[in-house]
Amino acid sequence: MNPSTRSPLTWAVHLSVLLLVLLWTMPTAGLLISSLRDKDQLAVSGWWTALATSSRNAVARAPSADSQVERDGKFVISGNLLEGQGGGQISAFGFSSREPAKFKPGETAELNDGERLTVQADGGFEIVSDTKMEGSRGQRIFYTASTPPRFTIDNYIEVLSAAGIGTSFLNSLTVAIPSTVIPILIAAFAAYALAWMPFPGRAILLAVVVGLLVVPLQMSLIPLLQLYNGVGAFFGVPAKTYMGIWLAHTGFGLPLAIYLLRNYMAGLPREIMESARVDGASDFDIFVKIILPLSFPALASFAIFQFLWTWNDLLVAIVFLGAGEDSLVLTGRLVNLLGSRGGNWEILTASAFITIVVPLIVFFALQRYLVRGLLSGSVKGG
Amino acid sequence: MQLIAAIVTMIAGVLACAVYFWATNFILDWIFPSKGLSGAAASRNLRITNAIRPWLFLAPALFALTIYLIYPVVQSVWLSFHDRGGQNFVGARNYDWMLSDGEFRQSIFNNFLWLLVVPALSTFFGLIIAALTDRIWWGNIAKTLIFMPMAISFVGAAVIWKFIYDYRAEGSEQIGLLNAIVVAFGGAPQAWITLPFWNNFFLMVILIWIQTGFAMVILSAALRGIPEETIEAAVIDGANGWQIFFKIMVPQIWGTIAVVWTTITILVLKVFDIVLAMTNGQWQSQVLANLMFDWMFRGGGDFGRGASIAVVIMILVIPIMIWNIRNATKESGGH
Repeated sequence: MNPSTRSPLTWAVHLSVLLLVLLWTMPTAGLLISSLRDKDQLAVSGWWTALATSSRNAVARAPSADSQVERDGKFVISGNLLEGQGGGQISAFGFSSREPAKFKPGETAELNDGERLTVQADGGFEIVSDTKMEGSRGQRIFYTASTPPRFTIDNYIEVLSAAGIGTSFLNSLTVAIPSTVIPILIAAFAAYALAWMPFPGRAILLAVVVGLLVVPLQMSLIPLLQLYNGVGAFFGVPAKTYMGIWLAHTGFGLPLAIYLLRNYMAGLPREIMESARVDGASDFDIFVKIILPLSFPALASFAIFQFLWTWNDLLVAIVFLGAGEDSLVLTGRLVNLLGSRGGNWEILTASAFITIVVPLIVFFALQRYLVRGLLSGSVKGG
Repeated sequence: MQLIAAIVTMIAGVLACAVYFWATNFILDWIFPSKGLSGAAASRNLRITNAIRPWLFLAPALFALTIYLIYPVVQSVWLSFHDRGGQNFVGARNYDWMLSDGEFRQSIFNNFLWLLVVPALSTFFGLIIAALTDRIWWGNIAKTLIFMPMAISFVGAAVIWKFIYDYRAEGSEQIGLLNAIVVAFGGAPQAWITLPFWNNFFLMVILIWIQTGFAMVILSAALRGIPEETIEAAVIDGANGWQIFFKIMVPQIWGTIAVVWTTITILVLKVFDIVLAMTNGQWQSQVLANLMFDWMFRGGGDFGRGASIAVVIMILVIPIMIWNIRNATKESGGH
C-alpha cells in the first residue's frame, strides 16, 4: 500500500470504528442520562435533548373565584404557573385552546367577561376584574414554558427508598457471593485430579464435563424444583432458601469451572510438580501449596464469570428463590417494575442502572481476567 | 444482617469444604502410610493411596454434577412421558400435543429465526470490529466499550432497549430513540415490539448487542495468532486489503469462528430473560425457553409439557455437544 491510498483508508477505519462504538454505547448512555434527568422532562423529551432547554406546551387552571382578593377596588386572583417546577421561562400564553400562544409574557389579555389576564415571564399571573368574579371553576391558562436542563439524583433516592430496590440489592449480593466462592473450591480439586492424577476413566470423565457444559438449564428446572419441594417437605423446611440457590448455582457453574481450571492447570510445567514430589510432597501438598497459587489467574477468570452470571441471572433466582416481595433479586425486581411501572421511565431507568452498576464495576476493574478466561475457555476448545 | 448471615454461611461452607479435603487426605495417609515404612509395604500403600486420592478430590464435584445436571436430564426425559403432576404415564401424548399446539410451532419458528440471525450477525460484527480495531491506536478503548454490554444482564439490556423502542402516539414528542429517528426522517412512529414477526428482530438486536463483544474478543485473539508470514506473502503477491482479509486471514481462523458460532447458538437456544422482559411471548414473539417456563407455572404448572419442551431444547443442543466433546478429546489426546 502506498501512502496516498493509505490515508483515506485509515480515516475510513477510524470513522467506522467510531460509528460502531457509538452504536454500542449509546443505548447504555441513554439509560444513564435519562436516569439522572428530572422526571417531568424525561417524560416529554428524548434524552439526547437533555442539555438543551426544553420547551413545552401546557395548560394550567387558575384558582377558583373563592380565592380572589379585593385590592384598590379591583378583584384579583394571582398565582404562579411554574410553581414547584424548579424554574423556567414563559415564552407565550393564551386563554383558549385555539390560540394557546397568542400573547407574549407581560402583555395583558382581555378575557371574554371583562377580566384581564397578565402573565409574566417568570410564571406569575394575575387575573384582574372590576367586578366580583364568580364561578367555581378557575380560568384555564395555556402557556408555553421553556425549562432549563435539570439533572437530579431524585430518581435514585426514590427508587432506593420506595421501589424495593434496596432489599433486592442485598438479596442479589447474598445470592451472588457464595454462589461464586463455593464452586471454585470444589472445581479446583476436581480440575487438579483431572489434569495431573492418573486414574482409570479420566478421559471419559473429562468428556462428560465437556458435554455438561452445554446442557440447557431448562432441563434441570423441573426435576430440581420437585427435588427441592420433596426435601423441603421431608425435613419440614421451606423449599426456597438461599442454601438451595447457592447449591444450584454451584452445580450449574461447575462444568465451566472444572473445564477452565483443568485447561489452565494442565498447562502448568510438569517439572515443578515432579521436583516437589521428589522432595516428598503429597498430592494434597502440591495442590495447596503450588497449584492453587499458580492458578490464581484462572481462578479469577472463573470467579468473574460466575459472579456476573449469578448476579445477572433471572431464571434460577425466580425458580429456586421465588418471586416473593422479600426474596426478589434485582433482575426479578426489574421485570416486575417493567410490568407494573412500565411507563415510569424515571423509575425504570434508575432501577436498571442500579442493577447493572455492580457488574459494570467488576467488568471495568477486572476486564483483563475476563478476557483471559474467555480465551482459555473457547479458543482451546476449538 | 442478611448479608452477614450469607457471608458467615459462605465462610462456613468454604471451611467445611476445606476440612473435607484436608481430613479425607489425612485419613487416607493415616490408614495407608507410605512414610517410615520400608520397601514393599510403602510402595503397596503408595499405590493404594494413588488409586483412591483422585476420587476424594473429585467426589464433591461429581456429587454436585450428578444431582444438578445428570439426574435432572434423565428425570426430565422421564417426566416428558408423564402427565402434569408427573405420576401417570401418558406415552407420547405431550409430544403429540406439542406438534398440534400453535404456540409451540410459533416458538419453534421463532427459535429458528433466532438461530439463523443472532449467531451469524454477532460473529460477523465481532469479526469486523476485531479486524478494524487491531489497526488503530485507540482500538483497545473501542474494544472495551463494545465488550461492555457483556456485563449487563439480559433484563437490564431489555430495559435499555425497551427505552429505545418506546412509542408515543403520533404527533407527540417521541422519547424513544428509534421512533425519534423515524419521525425525523418523516416516517410514522411504530410500537415496534408489538409488530408480529418483525418484533422478533427487534428482540434479536438486544442479544446481538450483548454477544458481539464476546465474538470480538475471541476472534481478535485468533486474528493476532495468524502467522505474519502468510500475510506478508500475500502482500508481496499483490493482494489487496479485502483479499488478505477474506482469503488469507478468515480461512485460517475457521476453527475459532465455529467455536464462537456454536457458543452463541447454545446461548440463543436458552434465551429467556429478554423475551420475558420485553413481550413475555405476546405478539407472536414466543420462544421455546420462555414457553417452557410458562408451562412450568401456568395453571399450577404442567410438568409433563414443560419437561417435553425442555427435552426439545436439549435435542437441539446435542449435535453441538457431540462436536464439542469430539474436539476436546482430540485435543487432550495430543496433550
